[in-house]
Amino acid sequence: MIDETVKEMPSSATVPGRFDAYGGRYVPETLMAALQELEVAYADAQRDPAFASELSTLLHHYAGRPTPLYFASRLTESLGGAKIYLKREDLLHTGAHKINNCLGQGLLARRMGKRRIIAETGAGQHGVATATVCALFGMECIVYMGQEDMRRQELNVYRMRLLGAEVRGVSAGSATLKDAINEAMRDWVVNVRTTHYLLGSVLGAHPYPTMVRNFHRVIGIEARQQMLEMEGRLPNAVLACVGGGSNAIGAFYEFIPDKNVRLIGVEAGGRGSALGDHAARFQGGSPGVLQGTYSYVLQDDAGQISNTHSVSAGLDYASVGPEHAALHDSGRAEYVSASDDAALQATVRLARTEGILPALESAHAVAEAVRIAPAMDRNDILLINVSGRGDKDMGILARELKLQGA
Amino acid sequence: MAIHFHNQPGLVVYLTIGDPDLATSKRIALAAIDAGADVLELGVPFSDPLADGPVIQRASERAVHNGTSMEDVLALASSLRKERPSVGLVIFSYLNPILRMGMESFAAAAEKAGVDAVLVTDLTVEESEEYRAALRKHRLQPIFLAAPTSPDDRLARIAEVSEGFIYAISRVGITGAQQQVAGDARELVTRLRRYTKLPIALGFGISNAAHVAVVAEYADAAVVGSAIVALIEQSSAQEAPTAVGKFIAALRTPVASKSAVS
Ligand SMILES: Cc1ncc(COP(=O)(O)O)c(C=O)c1O
Repeated sequence: MIDETVKEMPSSATVPGRFDAYGGRYVPETLMAALQELEVAYADAQRDPAFASELSTLLHHYAGRPTPLYFASRLTESLGGAKIYLKREDLLHTGAHKINNCLGQGLLARRMGKRRIIAETGAGQHGVATATVCALFGMECIVYMGQEDMRRQELNVYRMRLLGAEVRGVSAGSATLKDAINEAMRDWVVNVRTTHYLLGSVLGAHPYPTMVRNFHRVIGIEARQQMLEMEGRLPNAVLACVGGGSNAIGAFYEFIPDKNVRLIGVEAGGRGSALGDHAARFQGGSPGVLQGTYSYVLQDDAGQISNTHSVSAGLDYASVGPEHAALHDSGRAEYVSASDDAALQATVRLARTEGILPALESAHAVAEAVRIAPAMDRNDILLINVSGRGDKDMGILARELKLQGA
Repeated sequence: MAIHFHNQPGLVVYLTIGDPDLATSKRIALAAIDAGADVLELGVPFSDPLADGPVIQRASERAVHNGTSMEDVLALASSLRKERPSVGLVIFSYLNPILRMGMESFAAAAEKAGVDAVLVTDLTVEESEEYRAALRKHRLQPIFLAAPTSPDDRLARIAEVSEGFIYAISRVGITGAQQQVAGDARELVTRLRRYTKLPIALGFGISNAAHVAVVAEYADAAVVGSAIVALIEQSSAQEAPTAVGKFIAALRTPVASKSAVS
């Protein structure tokens, strides 16, 4: 039932590193050679069937791909509208989609002979996935993490340290993801000759947004196929939360040519619409350059980057992947936001109707589905990418939901 | 206008404008010029200075916190231009504050303020076409960074599009004072000379007279930044201009230089 005639190439494939006006490479000169080296190594790996085969073996036997597509019947029933399907990235090894990218970049770092790996992390899921891959490949691992995020995602700090990574707290700015990226980039500038920066989302300078997206494309490739097998047709909409945008672009990409499939990215609406109270870049932001790329940025009139807020550390970031900026401007994807409260409520609802505890990040996508499903037809289909599981959030959930302990 | 180094070696002084406050920045700038700085790099504070070490990060944070904007920095440039007509004035910024103002509005305002040149830390030659066109239109010189990690083909491109001087980064790293001038530096300057006749200023980690003397052996000018910003941090607003003036005057005193090379 798929209509092949409406397919067209994604708009972004033209200039390398550019997604219409967005993307590019805005870094200190010291990093240029390393970015070019990475670009060449990645292009070389892409042409090497051995690379693809090793990666797919690891994704299958180590990380647990393919992940299931699951029909959430009780959630669907409780909402009384569109059928809801969940792409279960939460079931992957380490508990989130992040491992897809980490295995890919880990293999690449090994090809480049770089045995010192640095990474930033917000929710800690990318840090855990990086620490995991470094343990697997026997590499040195240093993870930068904002001190505020270390506090609210403490379990993941323990996990990273257990895995042998060094976690370095960052106290600058709002002590969250943006500040961790600044510090990781400084480390990279100093140690660029020996170090690979394993960036965790579709952010930063070219080739990162393209490369990280490609490592996550598997999400949408599987989901599209599974959807066709289970329902014989494509969903009406694909929903995913958008921090930097890696799980969302991974879920969306394969559906871009399917013009009848809505692509809905859900940003963090936080606690209000004032600058500083949310991370909804497509609502309060405007184009600018932050940390290597040109995209939508939350900033003030002087071009200073704003602080952000979200209950979920992984969405708490002032900019967004440049490919999303292009998809936004072209209208191919829609971007909405879900508040802290809506995400918390969606977490509880999914846990109690399906026995699935989503990450607070992923819960933003669930919240939007909860909002729009009731008004939709019972034959409509919503596909939610559940990017990760919520175990890491138990501390926040216990506090916010006033759960009783021992 | 155009940058000139009146002394050998030339001295380029970086200041984070607005730290501790605008009025003090102006007094420090005048003291720096009067103590022998040929060129001032007026640093526009930015919330996310990812190429800077802790000293300039802290200065930037203080200056952002007290609301120092690009307009403020340009206004300061304008008053320095009036009071010290022959000093070289470079706006030193991250890209976003310039984008926010608009490339054309920025260039027009900088020209009007009497600025000579512009250096943008996170803008490399590849992404600079529109920027260079705006600067050219307003007779501003684009200065680019060259790094020890830049291969020869990049150095050639950097040399081709730079005007005024080329800022050679003395070592692989972020800004911050160092014990010694890195061995990377001499090699980079030697490589750069193959592609340019422009003066080469060497910076990152230059913090005392011994360093300046070493730099003078093979480069045309030394850039001193973090050491001065640190001195400002340690001084009261009252004392800072005098302290900076004294520090700069001492940078050209002859010293036994060889020991400072790593
Ligand atoms: C489970 C989960 N989902 C989503 C995100 C947000 O990142 P992205 O937008 O790149 O998918 C994170 C980041 O930490 C995460 O841990």
